[in-house]
Amino acid sequence: MFHKQIATVSAAALLAFSAVPGLAETHAMTEHPETGEALAAEQTYSYRLLDQFPTLDPQLNEETAGNHVIRQLFEGLMIQDAEGNLRPGVAEGFEASEGNTVYTFKLREDATWSNGDPVTAQDFVYGWQRAADPETASPYAWYVELTSMKNAAQIVAGEMDPSELGVEAVDERTLKVTLTQPLPYFPAMTTYATLLPAHKATIEEFGSDWTRPENMVNNGAYNLKELALNEYFTLEKNPEYWDAENVIIEEVTGLVINDENQALTRYESGEFDMLEPLPAGAYPRLEEERPDEAHSVPRLCSYYYAFNLRDDAKPELQDPKVREALNLAVDREVIVDQILQGGQTPAYNFAHAATAGFEMPNIAMASMSQAERDARAKELMEEAGVDELELKLIYNTSENHKQIATVVTQMWKQKLGVETTLENMEWSTYLDVRKAGNFDLARSAWCGDYNEASTFLDLLTTTHGSNDGQFSNEEYDALMAASKTSDTPNEQYSQAEQIIAEQSAIIPVYHYSNTFLLNPAVKGFPMQNVENNWYVKDFYRTAEE
Amino acid sequence: MTAFILRRLAIAIPTILALIVFSFLLMEAAPGSPFASERGVPPAVLANLEAKYGLDRSLLERMGIYVWNVMTQFDFGPSFKFKDRTVNDLIAQGFPVTLTYGFWSFLVAITVGGTLGLLAAVYHNSWLDTLAVGISVGAQVLPNFVMAPILVLIFTLWLGWLPGGGWRGGQAAYVILPVIALSTSYMASIARITRSSMLEVLGAGFIRTARAKGLPMRRIVLRHALKPALLPIISYLGPAFVGMITGSVLIDVFFSTGGIGQFFVNSALARDYSVIMGITILIGTLTVLFNLLVDVLYAWIDPKIRY
Repeated sequence: MFHKQIATVSAAALLAFSAVPGLAETHAMTEHPETGEALAAEQTYSYRLLDQFPTLDPQLNEETAGNHVIRQLFEGLMIQDAEGNLRPGVAEGFEASEGNTVYTFKLREDATWSNGDPVTAQDFVYGWQRAADPETASPYAWYVELTSMKNAAQIVAGEMDPSELGVEAVDERTLKVTLTQPLPYFPAMTTYATLLPAHKATIEEFGSDWTRPENMVNNGAYNLKELALNEYFTLEKNPEYWDAENVIIEEVTGLVINDENQALTRYESGEFDMLEPLPAGAYPRLEEERPDEAHSVPRLCSYYYAFNLRDDAKPELQDPKVREALNLAVDREVIVDQILQGGQTPAYNFAHAATAGFEMPNIAMASMSQAERDARAKELMEEAGVDELELKLIYNTSENHKQIATVVTQMWKQKLGVETTLENMEWSTYLDVRKAGNFDLARSAWCGDYNEASTFLDLLTTTHGSNDGQFSNEEYDALMAASKTSDTPNEQYSQAEQIIAEQSAIIPVYHYSNTFLLNPAVKGFPMQNVENNWYVKDFYRTAEE
Repeated sequence: MTAFILRRLAIAIPTILALIVFSFLLMEAAPGSPFASERGVPPAVLANLEAKYGLDRSLLERMGIYVWNVMTQFDFGPSFKFKDRTVNDLIAQGFPVTLTYGFWSFLVAITVGGTLGLLAAVYHNSWLDTLAVGISVGAQVLPNFVMAPILVLIFTLWLGWLPGGGWRGGQAAYVILPVIALSTSYMASIARITRSSMLEVLGAGFIRTARAKGLPMRRIVLRHALKPALLPIISYLGPAFVGMITGSVLIDVFFSTGGIGQFFVNSALARDYSVIMGITILIGTLTVLFNLLVDVLYAWIDPKIRY
């Protein structure tokens, strides 16, 4: 009670100096408005970053670490809740018309930039045009194409002016988007960094320096306070954010720690609240030692081996029977339970089991025992008439990839007599070699760009830029095209998965999980969001007892 | 002497130019692209990126523009990976960091290493010698990638005295562990070199004469033996100093200092061409300069050396 009085008095005193409005709320909340839990006096949240993010420019960003920070700094039309469901962000809501090809978003009136300017529909138009503009040269310009926004592809190719993009500001608060094909999940795509609004005046004034803490104008729950590359950054609560009164955490700190073991040591010394990812194989021990802190949740990524199916590649691999035999002989349980040990699940299909709205297909081999699979694999090899096979498997240098590849190689050798040479290379070289098709099998992984099964299944269509094994099947392509306009796309997805399984287009190995340590005092972390999209504005820190 | 320095500086310029050209070609020969990604960047997007960073021009043209910008404006161009930063920005942020911990490591390494070596030589075969040799061998066999985790375990996790990483503008508490971790192996080398070089000098004829004259040991060591004994140490210190102030990848990665050592390695892995070039040139130039300094010191110490 006494504390509350002081808080009221100091709040009143502080209001007189309106230059520091954020501080007035600092000690105002002593318990959580909904749950009634006692809140810690210092509302901070800190976490570890594996690598420094290269940029905080939403339109230039191309990776996860930056996206985590951008999500706190900027707010898009739609955002996600703890389960990954869509909820309104800057938009109050949207209307789909003309068979999911036109979307109209109504913007909220009170959304403001950190400098006090209102967030208008024009800010989104500018941001999206900027993402597609060849002059910006965003590595994620393809994301605008992926949304099927009208003229996006031509603008990226430099054949049309960015102003021709299929998005317009009908008025200050109405944004109309026109697509070239129906896309039921378009609103979900607006949560990603590429489609965030941008403050034109700031970008034009400072050029590429606009993302510096002293220049940045943003519209999310937090502002960028400090940034030291490869070291740390801090964010502070943005008092101009429309929902600032419900934002409890005042300060966010990210610490860049490359070394896995060093990160764990520093976590153990109590330096920060969340550690991700964990050192390989450390999860079982940590789960035992720190049951309240260790978590394993599904993560929207799929690990697989791609077959090289180019015409000039290994002829034996053109035979679906040989591919199926190799596919069957991989004992996923061993990989998941003995190597990874972090709650990953064995995969017999491509799309992650936890993908929103996705019904897992009934893949025949999933319900077989490993002994049955091995027996069938041997039969298939005999049917195919292959008794000698030498393969080259490439992977990018990493301890986990190496262990999995070694084990898989052993399985093939013991069960099928197939000899496999492993070749590892560092990331850039590996991508080059994989793109050039200089392999028989390539370790690959795919993480969903949005939470819908097509983000996985589209990859195996003939023209997809990441289909590095060059699997090509007309029926498959037709199914994926049909799914775009289908009211029940799951039917197409199931059939597509069956083709992948029958043809053994790839060898699915496991579906990812995300393992991390989290200080139990921090509440509100989304455990059910498979894209691992977290919003610090929903967190709070309880008082430690 | 002035003529010598000028002559050496005149050679330095073509040396650095050759370094630029050579690094440029090596980088060109490496497979992979700075814009490669798991997702397979579509051709149109790749073309835009290449146009923005000038990769659509011919090799000669690019090299010409690069050398011109570097030589006339010290402009190392934009980073390919840190899309809103220039190489100059990255060096301006990272170099002061490595310079700071490198400089302190250098001081620690020569003070401690030099003293240990000197004591070991003067009290040859005594317990002090054994102790000094023991310490320097111990420091030598504990390379910094072993040293750093041990230090963090002791001083951060167990004792809680010092932060396990970060830099925070170079506050003392953040500098101590990186300095210890970086300096130990240099310290050990300096101790060994000092000891053996001092032993050699102390056995020389002119020292025997000085002792026969009845000069006190202290005076013999400091006045007569130290200067000639310094020669091998100085030739070691030149490159060692450059090595320390341009940072260690391990220290940067392990202690999250934000120094240029980490940029150097990461840029090589990410094919961030301009950053690799910028830091190579920085290190190359410093090496050339410090080698020159070593030569000048040689001439000053040993009057027999003529140029």
